[in-house]
Parts: sequence; C-alpha cells; structure tokens
Amino acid sequence: MYSDTVMDHFKNPRNVGEIENPDGVGEVGNPVCGDIMKIFIKVTNNIIVDAKFKTFGCGAAIASSSMATELVKGKTLEDAWQLSNKAVAEALEGLPPIKMHCSVLAEEGIHKAINDYRKKNGLPLWEEKKTHSHDHDEDLTCEH
Amino acid sequence: MDHAATTYTHPEVLNAMLPYYTEHFGNPSSIYTIARDSKKVIEAARAQVAKALGGDAEEIYFTSGGSESDNWAIKGVAFANRKRGNHIITTKIEHHAVLHTCQFLEKEGFRITYLPVDQYGLVDPAELEKAITDQTILISIMYANNEIGTIEPIAELGAIARKHKVYFHTDAVQAIGNVPIDVKVQNIDLLSLSAHKFYGPKGVGALYIKKGVRIENLIHGGGQEHKRRAGTENIAGIVGLGKAIERATANIMEHGVKIKALRDRLLKGVIEKIPDIRINGHPERRLPGNFNVSFEFIEGESMLLWLDDAGICGSTGSACTSGSLEPSHVMLAIGLPPEVAHGSLRLTLGDANTEQDIDTVLEVLPKVVSRLRDMSPLYQKAVKNGEYNV
Repeated sequence: MYSDTVMDHFKNPRNVGEIENPDGVGEVGNPVCGDIMKIFIKVTNNIIVDAKFKTFGCGAAIASSSMATELVKGKTLEDAWQLSNKAVAEALEGLPPIKMHCSVLAEEGIHKAINDYRKKNGLPLWEEKKTHSHDHDEDLTCEH
Repeated sequence: MDHAATTYTHPEVLNAMLPYYTEHFGNPSSIYTIARDSKKVIEAARAQVAKALGGDAEEIYFTSGGSESDNWAIKGVAFANRKRGNHIITTKIEHHAVLHTCQFLEKEGFRITYLPVDQYGLVDPAELEKAITDQTILISIMYANNEIGTIEPIAELGAIARKHKVYFHTDAVQAIGNVPIDVKVQNIDLLSLSAHKFYGPKGVGALYIKKGVRIENLIHGGGQEHKRRAGTENIAGIVGLGKAIERATANIMEHGVKIKALRDRLLKGVIEKIPDIRINGHPERRLPGNFNVSFEFIEGESMLLWLDDAGICGSTGSACTSGSLEPSHVMLAIGLPPEVAHGSLRLTLGDANTEQDIDTVLEVLPKVVSRLRDMSPLYQKAVKNGEYNV
C-alpha cells in the first residue's frame, strides 16, 4: 500500500535522532491516535542548518518525519514555514488517504519547532493553522 | 504467522473439492442423476459438520461464511422474536460481523447491551445474568476471541441463557479445530463457523440452528437449505468445508499440542529477549496458536512492515489495520492504554509453522523492537524519567 519512496524513508529514515541544545523543538500528535512526532531544529542566520526527529508511529509517520526534515534543511525559516503537508506527501510519491494525517503531523511539527525558536529569540510567533483543520475531504484526523 | 486471518486450503481438502467444479457440477435442484449426486455430497458434508459440533444434520445450514452466519443468526432471531422483546446482549470484544450487525439493529429499534470483559478478555457469567431482562431475546458471545485468543466459558454462559429461556448464539469462527465443541453439552442454540479458518476454502461457512429456534431468513429466494437459505449451493465449497471440519476435529488434540508448544517457545523467547512488554489475553484459557503481545513505546504497523521485510506475516491492534485512527476495540476493552494498544503484535500459528519459523521470529523481532524504540520519543521520555533502564 505504500510507495517505494515511503518504504525507502521508512526503512532508511534520514535525520533520526536528537539535536543537542536545539534552537527549536516541536512535539505534536497524541498517543491515543498512535503517533507522536518530535522535531528538533538548529538555526543559524535564519536558516535551518540541521533538523532531526524522533517519532512513535506507523510507517507513514516515520517516512513523513524523515521527508519533512529533509525538505526543511537548508531553508530559511520563512521558506520552511511554507512547507505544506501536501508537499511532504507528494515528495513521498503519495500516501494512502487514511495516512494523510501523518503528513499533516509533519507540517505541524515543523511549525511548532520554528515557533519554539522564535519564542526563545523574542520574535513574534507566526500563526499556526488550527490543529488538524486541513483542507481535505476525508475525516483523516484524530479527534483526541 | 497470521493463521487467525486465514489458512491455506489443505491439499486433501482441495482434492476432495476439485471434481465438483468439473465432472460433478450438477445443480442439486435439478432432477437428473448428476444433480442427485450433488445433493448427496451436500448431505454428506452436512453430516460431517453435524458430527463435529454434536448436533443433527438437519440443524446445519450452509452459508457464504462467518459474516453471513453471524448476520443471519442475529438479525434472523431479532426479527422473528421482536414481539417477545427487543433486547439483545453481546460483548465489547465481538468480531465486527456481530458488533456492526448489533449496531444496525439499534437503528431498527432494538436495545443492545455490550458486556464488558476483564483484563484477560473474559466475560463474567454473573454480569451476563444481571443484564438479562424480560425483554431479552438473544445472547451472542464469541467462543474464542480472534485478537487475543481468549476462550470464553461458553457452557456456563449457555446454561444461564437456557435458564432464562433466551436464545444463545456463539461466533465459533476461531474455535473450530482448536477447541472441542458440543452444542448440546454447551447449551448452544446457534453457532457460526467459516471453512477458511481451519484449512478449508474461502467463501463457505455454516450456521448451526438448534431445532425449534424461531429465526427469520436472511437470504430470500429459492428453496435451498430446507427453504431457509436461498441460492444455488456452493457444492465444491460445501464438500471442502465438510472435509476440512472432519480433518480439523479428528486432529484437534494433536494439532493443539503441536501448535501450543510452538507458541510457548515463541512467548518464552520474547519474554527473555525483549523488556517492557505486556502479554495480552488469558495465560491459560486461550487458543493454542495465539500470541498477542504489546511492545511499549512503539507502534504496531511499523513493526509489521519490518517483520514483513523478513518474510514474517503478522497483524496488530493498532489503528492502521482498522481503516480508522482508533486502536482495536478489543485492546481497549481489556483496558490497555491506547499507546500500548497501538503497540500490539498478534502472531497466530498454524499447521505449517515449524520451530525454525519461531527461531526466525526470535532472531528478527528483538532487532525490530529496539530499532523502533531508538527512534521513539515515548521511549526517550521513559528512559529520562527513570522508568526504564537502558
């Protein structure tokens, strides 16, 4: 049911682990729903120079964490903020509909990590989308 | 190692079936000789099923499988007895074929009680007796649970139903070939079974209906199955079911001893090699081939993907397999916290499994668990809080 790219990022996840003294951390998800994602970023001159993750979750959750951290590395905070869940899913060559929420989680994790950095640095926070209110038709989100 | 999902068709069973696709394809409702042969083999299979269950041949009705049998038993009894009452008792851990049928009946005005189970998945007979009212027309409790393998005290539950003159149905889909069954001794009025769970073909099952039970038809049409279940008979399937249940019940002890030894070897190995686990289901009252363990801090689907990579098929109570985001209703009913329910792994052993298969799992699984724990933030938290020592 998963694409080859999903399986590749699941089996050989990029950026697994923690950053010591990270500049920003974002933790999203809920054990009730079976996935928790923790994203760590290192920021230098407004650029994400490193990103790592720890994830409790299914194959799609692990692959989405891996892909999202890959995609934001080297980006400015503004550009990284623009990373959408759809872009993560597309980069993975698609996710099954029921698993789209994993890419949503990845987007939210990145947002939380960026805002954590902004907070620590006394910068105004950017407005995060309301949790789990994304523009897809199916009921993909966990209500807990 | 997912035999509770389905089994292969045993070669002996397949060989018995094949002539009924080619030479003996007559419609049993027709009048000519080859059709009469078809009729005869169906009746022979009916006798085989009856013998395996301790019932009479005329109490056996062939269906398309477990789901149809469950639907028929529950809807059929509900609609035939609604003047007597509108209350049905079942449990929280039934298969969806029972649960969703009951939910459908709720929309039709029936009242359903879903009995809780204890931490091992057992129904308390006292709770059942308390739940019975003068409106109760049916009790439906599974013989053995498909996820955690727990075997319910069916004879005792059946006796309570009998005492209160309430029909007693059991979904025995997982039990056939694993547990000796006697519908008379165990006070069973209706029993569902499915051939592909005991080395028979898919698409065929049966419902035992004790003589005298008031039940409506589910499939209307021709006069097959004593005018109770319409549709041209699946002759080859029925022959396969008969042969398979005969084999399964003849080998029941031998099968049980072999499979249980493998399961215990697996469980012992996992306990020795992997810390922070929880064994789900009852320690003794369980199906011989059922292994169900939760591995804390990790999620089931990612475990399955890695096991599949090593050629091991399993299943999980995690959300991924249910098409929803909720963990399995069985795991929640036995009181597992959701994150632990998501980390469950079910392996169900069958005739083809060997000690070597078990040793392969014991080689692969610890690595999979530790790889996934290494990337789990829950594990990291537990280590930090001193709940777990690396």
